[in-house]
Amino acid sequence: MEELALNVEVTQYIKIRLGDEYFGIDIKYVDNIVRMQHITRVPKAPSYVKGVINLRGEVIPVFSLRLKMGLDEIEENKYFRIIILKVEGESVGIIVDEVREVANVSSDDVEKVYHNVSDGIQNFLSGVGKTDSGLISLLDINEVLADKTL
Amino acid sequence: MDVSQYLDIFIDETKEHLQNLNTHILELEQDGENMDTINEIFRAAHSLKGMAGTMGYKRMQTLTHDMENVFSEVRNGTIKVNSDMIDLLFKCLDALEEYLSTIQETADEGTNDNEPLVKGLNDILNSKNGSGKTEEKKEEKKEEKKKKKAKAEENKLKEKWRDIKLDDSVKKVIEEGVKKGFKAYGITVYIQESCLLKAARAFLVFKALEELGEIIVSIPSAQDIEDESFEFDFSVIFMSEHPLEKIIDAVKFVSEIQDAVGDEVTFENEESAQETKEDKEGTGKEETQTLPAKSTDTAPAQKSTSGNAPEKKSTGKPVVNRTVRVDIEKLDSLMNLVSELIISKNSLVSVAGSVVGSSNIQFNEQIEYLESVTTNLHESVMKVRMVPIENTVNKFPRMIRDLSKKLDKKMELYMTGEDTELDRTVVDEIGDPLMHLLRNSADHGLESAEIRAERGKPEVGSIFLDAYQDGNNVVIEVRDDGNGIDIEKVKNKAIEKGKITREQADLMSDKEAIDLLFQPSFSTAEVVSDVSGRGVGLDVVKSKIEALSGEIDVKTKLGEGSTFIIRLPLTLAIIQALMVVVGNEKYAISLGAIQTIESINPNDIKKVQGKEVINLRGNVISLVRLNRLLDLEDCRKEDQDLIVLIAKKGDRYAGLVVDELIGQMEIVIKPMGKYAGSCKLISGATILGDGEVALILDANALI
Repeated sequence: MEELALNVEVTQYIKIRLGDEYFGIDIKYVDNIVRMQHITRVPKAPSYVKGVINLRGEVIPVFSLRLKMGLDEIEENKYFRIIILKVEGESVGIIVDEVREVANVSSDDVEKVYHNVSDGIQNFLSGVGKTDSGLISLLDINEVLADKTL
Repeated sequence: MDVSQYLDIFIDETKEHLQNLNTHILELEQDGENMDTINEIFRAAHSLKGMAGTMGYKRMQTLTHDMENVFSEVRNGTIKVNSDMIDLLFKCLDALEEYLSTIQETADEGTNDNEPLVKGLNDILNSKNGSGKTEEKKEEKKEEKKKKKAKAEENKLKEKWRDIKLDDSVKKVIEEGVKKGFKAYGITVYIQESCLLKAARAFLVFKALEELGEIIVSIPSAQDIEDESFEFDFSVIFMSEHPLEKIIDAVKFVSEIQDAVGDEVTFENEESAQETKEDKEGTGKEETQTLPAKSTDTAPAQKSTSGNAPEKKSTGKPVVNRTVRVDIEKLDSLMNLVSELIISKNSLVSVAGSVVGSSNIQFNEQIEYLESVTTNLHESVMKVRMVPIENTVNKFPRMIRDLSKKLDKKMELYMTGEDTELDRTVVDEIGDPLMHLLRNSADHGLESAEIRAERGKPEVGSIFLDAYQDGNNVVIEVRDDGNGIDIEKVKNKAIEKGKITREQADLMSDKEAIDLLFQPSFSTAEVVSDVSGRGVGLDVVKSKIEALSGEIDVKTKLGEGSTFIIRLPLTLAIIQALMVVVGNEKYAISLGAIQTIESINPNDIKKVQGKEVINLRGNVISLVRLNRLLDLEDCRKEDQDLIVLIAKKGDRYAGLVVDELIGQMEIVIKPMGKYAGSCKLISGATILGDGEVALILDANALI
């Protein structure tokens, strides 16, 4: 095993659900996972910015991952969670339909996807990972947070 | 020896000294004879040299050493100040600043020897008639002064303690000590010039002395010694029962002590003894014995101190308060904690409001008390963060002087209110915008000498920088008596650049035209100079000031001059705000922006060019329906009176229509981060007592 591990890196992903698809978020970006709470709307913001929340005294913007990925909004239910990401010192929350588990994905189980303007959702992915419980699409967080929608 | 830990202090202090030199050399240019200025310059140069030497910056040391020599000659009166010399000195300061910035970046002084400058300084030195080395001259000078005091030169040079002036209370202590069989000694201790931790050595000497007796007086004061603000020697008056030799040996036992000299303090062996005795007889028993040298006659004592730099340092330095240097980050975290406290106080207040019952009167009282404590606490922390704008504006006189030479225009800068205080972070940021405005005034504002003469203005143009506090704001005005802004020229330029059409230009008010100046890449100067006019001036100024939550306004009159008025908030983090409801959302508006709150009958609303306006006590004020602006539903009935907040920006008013007033509240401004969209109307967010987030409306952006 030791020798095998030399070239193979195992990365942990938070496995989330959006509709009936599963996505993975690299755990190094994840600061916290909180339940839905009151979100203060920010006027004139892009539609995917749902507003801001108070997380332990800090004001943090919250995105709807559904709207960001070009999906329709659905009614809020008890499985909804806000994942607080920390990227380059900036915190931002993203709303997902459900948080499932932590998935270990080794680098030789990742299939690269190639960005293609017409490909839609694929633009937000860094690859597709194979796990014991099925495939998960790995999110490229920098792309997800970039100022664009599908 | 590793000196890196002193680097920060070195950089800080060098900056101070350089600023000091800049200011004083400017003064010297005006008044070449002023001894105080010359002494101050000499002292600053001397300290710089010492510090550079200690840190091992040889090039810096060489340059400052030569500068010091020149100042020394000026002080001795062998060289007269002239403008070439001032120019050269300023060049030297620039070179030193360059060294410093290199040091700041790389911890090394770089390799620029600045030979032309060193040569120039030496030329000045050599040009003076006669006389050999400066060192000798200095020695002579010293001795000359000493002679005034009928003392053996050799002895006098070393025993500086004899210069100590003793007041009556000290004399009395000595006197009583002598009665008890103690002896009073005067001791001067010399520390090796290579010593890095002077204060620590001095402390050890003090400790050694305290084991043997009692220190009555020390020059410089113990505080100054602790702060290392002394040269390489200090003197004490000391009471002990031990013989002098033992004391001197104890002092010398401390390492890095070069020498220690001392003598018993008596009145017999002094030339002033006669006077002392007379004094004694005159005042009877009260004033008796043990008056050391010169203590009865202050005049010669003072004269002697002006002869040697170290003593002068202790007397010439203004009395400083006991201060602590604190890292700004620590203050930031303190401020954050205060913010947290205010938020939690606010939530207590909201809990108290929701609890019904008579038993909570006491509770409410405590809450009110807590409220006043947190407000005071916030104010104190805020004050700690405040620094005078002095440090930032002090560099401007020099800049204007250089500009004057470069542009070949005569001009003078007048500054007032340098002691106006602002939050440290604001002071750090405000320098560049002010510099832009001053350059603008110097370059574009002031006319050439011929035009000024034609217009009957004095030949020397005036630029004013006035700072003052106005309520919760600090106002900084940059004013010149130059040409003013030519509005037609601005409009033509805008048309030329395709920013507006001819029709638009004709309809434009003067104010709107002036606002064009603040747009990116807009410069009216016909000739692009390297002073200003690259078209990146005013828009940068504006955005910088707005980033500090400030605003900028212009008043101008063609032919008479213009004034740029900058208005900055005293503090950035915590403000008094008015909480309002719009639609079903809560918003905060800075109380400072709101003039009055009016109740307006819908029938009083008139329409002008499709815009809703009201006539309020003779002023026509346009209404801003916040609910429409913020994409919210109208939830008021048609005929209901409107609540209108009258907000003011510069001399423009607007009426902000809200649905409900909640009240005044102290709020903590929280940044929203770059992902929250960049809405101009929202200047930040705050956390309310119930943990909810409310957005802060920027009244300035609404008008």
